[in-house]
Amino acid sequence: MQFRNLLIGCAVAALAAAPAWGQGGTLTVGLKAEPSSIDPHYHNLGPNNSMAAHYFSRLVEQDDKLRLLPGLAVSWKPVGDTTWEFKLREGVKFHDGSDFNADDVLFTFERAPNVPNSPSSFGTYLKGKSFAKVDDYTIHISTERPYPLMPVDMAAVPIISSDVGAEVGTADFNSGKAAIGTGPYRFVEWVPGDRLVIERNEDYFDAKPEWEKIVFKPIKSGPARVAALLAGDVDFIDNVPPIDIPRLKGDENVQLSQGVSSRVIYLHMDQYRENSPFVKANGGGDIKNPLLDVRVRKAISKALDRDAIVDRVMEGVAIKAGQLLPEGFFGVTPNLQPEPYDPEGAKALLAEAGYPDGFELTIHGPNDRYINDAKICEAVAQMLTRVGIRTAVETMPKAVYFRRASRGGPDNSPEFSFILVGWGSGTGESSSPLRSLLHTYDKDRGFGASNRGRHSDAEVDKLIEDALATVDDDARLKLLQGATELAIGRNQGIIPTHYQVNTWAGKKGLSYTARADERTIAMGVTSDK
Amino acid sequence: MTVFIIRRLMQSSVVVAVMSLLVFVGVNIVGDPVDMLINPEADQAEIERVMRDLGLDRPVHEQYGYFVVNALQGDLGKSFIFGEPALQLIVQRMPATFELAIAALLIAVVLGIPLGVIAGLRPEAPSSKAIMAGSILGFSLPSFWVGIMMIMLFAVMLGWLPSTGRGDTVPFLGMQVSFLTWDGLQHLLLPAINLSLFKLSLVIRLARAGTREVVHQDYIKFARAKGLSESRVVLVHLLKNIMIPVVTVLGLEFGGLVAFSVVTETVFAWPGMGKLIIDSLHELDRPVVVAYLMIVVLMFVIINLLVDIVYSVLDPRVRLQDARA
Repeated sequence: MQFRNLLIGCAVAALAAAPAWGQGGTLTVGLKAEPSSIDPHYHNLGPNNSMAAHYFSRLVEQDDKLRLLPGLAVSWKPVGDTTWEFKLREGVKFHDGSDFNADDVLFTFERAPNVPNSPSSFGTYLKGKSFAKVDDYTIHISTERPYPLMPVDMAAVPIISSDVGAEVGTADFNSGKAAIGTGPYRFVEWVPGDRLVIERNEDYFDAKPEWEKIVFKPIKSGPARVAALLAGDVDFIDNVPPIDIPRLKGDENVQLSQGVSSRVIYLHMDQYRENSPFVKANGGGDIKNPLLDVRVRKAISKALDRDAIVDRVMEGVAIKAGQLLPEGFFGVTPNLQPEPYDPEGAKALLAEAGYPDGFELTIHGPNDRYINDAKICEAVAQMLTRVGIRTAVETMPKAVYFRRASRGGPDNSPEFSFILVGWGSGTGESSSPLRSLLHTYDKDRGFGASNRGRHSDAEVDKLIEDALATVDDDARLKLLQGATELAIGRNQGIIPTHYQVNTWAGKKGLSYTARADERTIAMGVTSDK
Repeated sequence: MTVFIIRRLMQSSVVVAVMSLLVFVGVNIVGDPVDMLINPEADQAEIERVMRDLGLDRPVHEQYGYFVVNALQGDLGKSFIFGEPALQLIVQRMPATFELAIAALLIAVVLGIPLGVIAGLRPEAPSSKAIMAGSILGFSLPSFWVGIMMIMLFAVMLGWLPSTGRGDTVPFLGMQVSFLTWDGLQHLLLPAINLSLFKLSLVIRLARAGTREVVHQDYIKFARAKGLSESRVVLVHLLKNIMIPVVTVLGLEFGGLVAFSVVTETVFAWPGMGKLIIDSLHELDRPVVVAYLMIVVLMFVIINLLVDIVYSVLDPRVRLQDARA
């Protein structure tokens, strides 16, 4: 670590004399991750989706706080109980000059869930829906039951031109032949591992972005990315390693942009096994799983010094958490605050639950997935040990961790007892984490897919399911808040620790509108003029 | 010699078969690629669909059988992540890595042999001691650290050379190469030096040891006694005789340069095979890892064979014979 600090220290000195940057309209961006394809429907994953947003538009767009904005649809509203009407924008042209209309939308929705070899498909947003063209600029989307998240789902699927034909393959997009969208930039070329180049679309239907040309360079290694910025090879980077942040802050040639993300980091506890594999009595004997007792779960939450986690482990770059999403997002309840640090209260609760001397526990976590994930596990373990729960730490690469955490045990059950995980709400509201993390695990109906602690409460399930079938925003907000208050406030089904804050860095004079979905969108990079 | 080559090829195919089994099973017992590939919002049904599509729901021995049948037809499988044939992904990135490895090898030979000979001819001179001390550094400094320090010095502080990427490329013999453009050369220099440091030290040590040995041989004394110029003695009589170990080792090491330029490629974001393999390992893109390792095995087998043949050309005393003879 020291040489990296040295590196930055020297860079400060070297860059002090460097001239102000003048780019002539080209912005070079160093990215941690590059997309796996240009085909916008091939791989439903962060790097692909954020890159596709440059050259493809969606019916509905999301701003930096994931609020919905008109995109290729100018307005939308429910008509009847189970149908939504989307009015499309007129006069929009694709990059090849052809006109956009409802046929393109229907073509897209036909293709998107059915791309061959897709490692993660867009069926998630499209299945169970039927699409009908009313006229060239109006479409109706129907579901079997009332469905409030329709506009959010429509914000996930990039619209392609029907002119590319039904036979179009992923390779046609990668070569650029079929990469024809309506977005603010047009695709120029992609050399995997080396660069991805886009040019401004002068016919874009909305506000034109500042940069004429953008070159994305994948630089996976954190120190190398920072060095590339300091050396002037790139103008802007994402995922600044936290350890470099304090020094970059002191560098007058570098400008940092930070923003809280919709990603909550939380602890999940085994709440369904009487005999949990990584919970032991003091001395290592078997014990009835204490994590089944809500008082023990609450004691763990009280034992966490969230301020210390934020200040020391996260170097101040995080916000302590008491629920599923930070303030300002839909579904956040005013009645839940981050649990204050209270070790005495934690000990009292443990004693009340019948564990005055605590027990033994192992926390498992990834070491290359979230910011400082392994260090957080260590801090949590120390804090728990202080109140009597002697906690061992085991961290591993995400490639190994997630399989074991989700289905590493017998009969594909979760292998661990106490884990650290994160959840970024793709929808920007709390139904996403509620249905995946806190609804009863129900494979057939697709609930609780990431409920690795198997939290289960019929009351919570009902509130979540009602919310997912309530179109009226006010009523749905109440249901989501109610579900959150019960699942976390009453049951402590998970223990939130903090919301991740992400950091981008650019040359002096470049600022970025930090996005809650952690995406790096070049349209958000602006220069002070 | 033909018999020798045929026999070697047969031995090699056994090696390749055993490696394929080890690699395939080894790669398949670690983690689950689905968790790396899938959007967290996906439900259980989608997770199962992806597992089925990728064949991950089948037992490992069945997957291996499937792999072998396809591999014999030249199909090493499709990348889980890119959906393209793994072989094609690797071949696309091969020119970048070969370019880097050849540049590194050239630096090692062009600088290493003269330095080694100088150090061998006058072992007690301060300059020779400096060369040998330098070669120890070349051996012992980790290349990740050296790479970062080089970026810091030449890119960040001095601003002479770019810190990352490959630069402009032009087509040459059907491949994209960067050494023919000024921008490409600038990008090539730092990673090539970084990659060559270890080999450079190795060549210096080999050349020095060879020189120390050869310089006392009778034919060198005889050449001197004949009154030949020092340059002719060194360049013709000495150099020729120290080349055999150098060629052997460099041949083997070249395979290493190509196969394991991982660290250098990662530090300098060089878009070659090494970066592909490390990314594929992190993301559990099994077909790419397996295909890559199979290619590396083949490459080593071929290089070994070539080294044996070059050997016989350089040294007429070596005869390639049937191993039983």
